[in-house]
Amino acid sequence: MSLSFLIRRLLGAIPLLFGISLVLFTIIHLAPGGPLDVYADNPSVSAEALDQIRARYGLDDPVPIQYVKWLSAMVVGDWGLSIRTGRPVLDEIVLRLGPTLLLGGISMALAFCLALPLGVISAARRGSRLDEAVTLGAFAGISLPVFWSALLLQLIFSIWLGWLPSAGMKSVGDGSLSDRLLHLIMPVTVLSLATIASWSRYIRSGMIDVLGQDYIRTAYAKGRRETAVIALHALRNAMIPAVTVIAIDFVTIISGAVITETVFAWPGIGRLFIESMNGRDYPMLMGLMMMGSVGVVLANIIADLAYAALDPRIRHG
Amino acid sequence: MVDLTTQTLEVETARSRRPYRQMAARFMRHRLAVVGAVVLILMALIVIAAPWFLPYRYDQQDFTILGVPTPPSAEHWLGTDELGRDALTRLVYGGRVSLGVGLLGAIISTLVGTAIGSVAGFYRGIWDMLLMRFTDVMLSIPTLPLVLLLSTLFRPSPGLLIVIVGGLIWMGTARLVRSQFLALREREYVEAARALGAAGPRLILRHILPNALGPITVAATLAVGTSIMLESGLSFLGFGILPPVPTWGNILNSASGWLSIAPWLAIPPGLCIFFTVLAVNFVGEGLRDAMEPRG
Repeated sequence: MSLSFLIRRLLGAIPLLFGISLVLFTIIHLAPGGPLDVYADNPSVSAEALDQIRARYGLDDPVPIQYVKWLSAMVVGDWGLSIRTGRPVLDEIVLRLGPTLLLGGISMALAFCLALPLGVISAARRGSRLDEAVTLGAFAGISLPVFWSALLLQLIFSIWLGWLPSAGMKSVGDGSLSDRLLHLIMPVTVLSLATIASWSRYIRSGMIDVLGQDYIRTAYAKGRRETAVIALHALRNAMIPAVTVIAIDFVTIISGAVITETVFAWPGIGRLFIESMNGRDYPMLMGLMMMGSVGVVLANIIADLAYAALDPRIRHG
Repeated sequence: MVDLTTQTLEVETARSRRPYRQMAARFMRHRLAVVGAVVLILMALIVIAAPWFLPYRYDQQDFTILGVPTPPSAEHWLGTDELGRDALTRLVYGGRVSLGVGLLGAIISTLVGTAIGSVAGFYRGIWDMLLMRFTDVMLSIPTLPLVLLLSTLFRPSPGLLIVIVGGLIWMGTARLVRSQFLALREREYVEAARALGAAGPRLILRHILPNALGPITVAATLAVGTSIMLESGLSFLGFGILPPVPTWGNILNSASGWLSIAPWLAIPPGLCIFFTVLAVNFVGEGLRDAMEPRG
């Protein structure tokens, strides 16, 4: 993997980012009403005040000018002021990033640790009872709506059993490690469940493709045992199809575990999104959407780099 | 000349009937897919026939029990919600909306994806470049936040919501159709048709598209599940289809507020979404096995 490969991929992402910003900006400006709609019914906001706000936020410029202004500010990290709180968008986002990274990071790590063995074992024992059970479980996991599994967990473990706190990141006046861990259990379970299901499917199908190849037979022929063949010969190549999915899922969770964070009142990015929706906070929503999209683009690049690291044919091809 | 065409027609039908029968046989061997298909058909029949056998309307309120949900009883098999409405009735009518959104959203997504993918894959060059970059852009924007954003900006009617849902999940289909076209356009039979003077739209619609229908059908089936999930998530968050029109998502939304005292309201809608999407996924898997036999 060379530096030029990395630079080429990064440069290739620029038109993509440009396209994303254009789409998002168009959507917001096609919308009826406008960011100042929230003040429309407010009798204490006079027409003059409204004009002043409009001028202050640059809302009376022609649309293309607004776009250029917005984009050039975006690039240098000036993401504007939140209409809801009046504070810089980027500051608000950074504030919420911590809880989301904590929740997302633990969920994804857990999902990976469980999906990997499940996928590998069910591929190695293809057609067995175990494989059938894992497959069935994966289908169920993919089909389970997260908002419902979240509600069910709350019902069982918070309301009926009273074992786990139903919402938030920590109890008021507490905040010890054990208290925080208890708050993490249910959101992590919900987030990782669907992820385990989908990742194990990708890993399984990647593994099945690899296990049918000649070099695997060669490895067996020279006397390798099955565990060694799988761990040392097959695993690397079997991971390649799953890498993109894993990278993108990770970013998707970071940018919008909207449902899970809402149900469990987790003070992260997803909840910030819903709060901004309720306040029609356009700069914030744009910032969040932009951040999420940039994240997906970066995840794709990282996945490509991981390909190159896993497969020499891509590195040198 | 006339004789010749009838003859080729006969040969064609005789030949094409067998693969379909084989496909059906392969599908029937897939037990879970068959169960899934039966479940979906039953659900569709139930929600279509709902008005004839349900004693209540979906927005009919019993004012004597207003205020708090009541548990399941002989008159109200699944209980009533806090507005005194029969939960079973709302569930069935909600199914109508949810299944409808799922089906129509999938149709829109499949049409858009097929159109974009076939133009990109057939004409290649600048069209391919532009359309596929656009697809990349749409794939990079996180779907649920984007749907949320659109629904808060445009406050869509159910019809517009279906268009939005379908308009945001076509990217996978477009990529799939494009790759099919890239492979199929080099086949000899396409070359033959081209040599006989067939061009552009005719080649696409008559010669290439029919041979890509297998994977497209699978993608369309899975899109039903994706649309249902997307709409339910949206309505659950309170931004999709708004009450009093019930959907499984917004029933769950209002039930979540009563979770501790009326859990019976929250369980059935979730089960319905779960089993519907599961059935759709099984049918999709069965169709995949039936249409693209590999090993």
